[in-house]
Amino acid sequence: MTTTNDWPLYEIFIRARGGLEHKHVGSVHAADARMAIEHARDVYTRRQEGVSIWVARSADIVASDPAEADALFEPARDKIYRHPTFYDIPKEVETL
Amino acid sequence: MSAAVTNAVAGAAVQTVSRVHYLLRLADPSLILAQQLGAWIGHAPAIEEDLGLANTALDLLGQARLLLEYAGELEGRGRDADALAFLRDPSEYLNVTLAEQPNGDFGDTIVRQFLIDAWQCELYERLCGSTDARLAAIAAKAVKEARYHLRYSSGWVVRLGDGTAESHARMQAALARLWPYTQELCAADELDRAMCAEGFGADLDALRDAWSRRVDAVLREATLARPADAPYPWQGKQGRHGEHLGHLLAEMQYLQRAFPGATW
Repeated sequence: MTTTNDWPLYEIFIRARGGLEHKHVGSVHAADARMAIEHARDVYTRRQEGVSIWVARSADIVASDPAEADALFEPARDKIYRHPTFYDIPKEVETL
Repeated sequence: MSAAVTNAVAGAAVQTVSRVHYLLRLADPSLILAQQLGAWIGHAPAIEEDLGLANTALDLLGQARLLLEYAGELEGRGRDADALAFLRDPSEYLNVTLAEQPNGDFGDTIVRQFLIDAWQCELYERLCGSTDARLAAIAAKAVKEARYHLRYSSGWVVRLGDGTAESHARMQAALARLWPYTQELCAADELDRAMCAEGFGADLDALRDAWSRRVDAVLREATLARPADAPYPWQGKQGRHGEHLGHLLAEMQYLQRAFPGATW
């Protein structure tokens, strides 16, 4: 199992079927992108979960800092008018 | 019965036996490899490779099951896929000898897999055109699996062949050990020719060049030298096996032999 430590981590995104977006499903270790695709196929699509795979080096993903969560996300909390919940929906419209 | 009718009946019986044997030749390499790859679970270099080898093993097991079921039905003696898998003796197994070579290290397993994957790709591609609809349908399913298997094993052949001095040397040694057994893959005997002539089977003579091209392309990329062909004494597909198959079957068949009819 020592080999795994030498292999970089890849984040895996799977598209469940045509028309849907790719969703993050997890990560695998692999020596390069080709191997990451194969590992993702074997780990995450063996029960027909997908029709397309994206892989990206975990190290290449830039994430927001949890310490900045208040500054980034709090200001949106009291602006409920940004949700489209103030419209009267006609009765005839069933699925909205 | 007139002599003509008797001959026709006898001819049909011979044809059925030939087809059953031919189906066993197709099924048994997959079955044996599935068992061998299963032994890697928990031992592969990484957990992702564990899953990769297990997936390939399950594909191969599925192919073997479809082919054995068909063979059992054609044979008409009440043997299903399980009976054919677990209750045949080594001499009744008709896999090519390469499939029963021991796992060795990861490189040995990968080289064995690669050589057979390339062969199964070509074989199944041709069997998609079999005049027998059921065999053609099995081949159409299996060829997609074989193409992925080849992608997987080729990737590793290139990685390790064109890797470090150590990995290159091990891959070259594995290739030298296993190469003599490849002669049997495309050497048509009487049964292969008869099945090809009636449109049931594939043309092995034509397959040889296509297999060589696939293998050569990968070996070149892997910086591995193709060993020279040599005469071979192995006849696994005629039921004459080396020492390894008996051990492998003893383990695989133990439960059904010790507890006949056991289910779970």
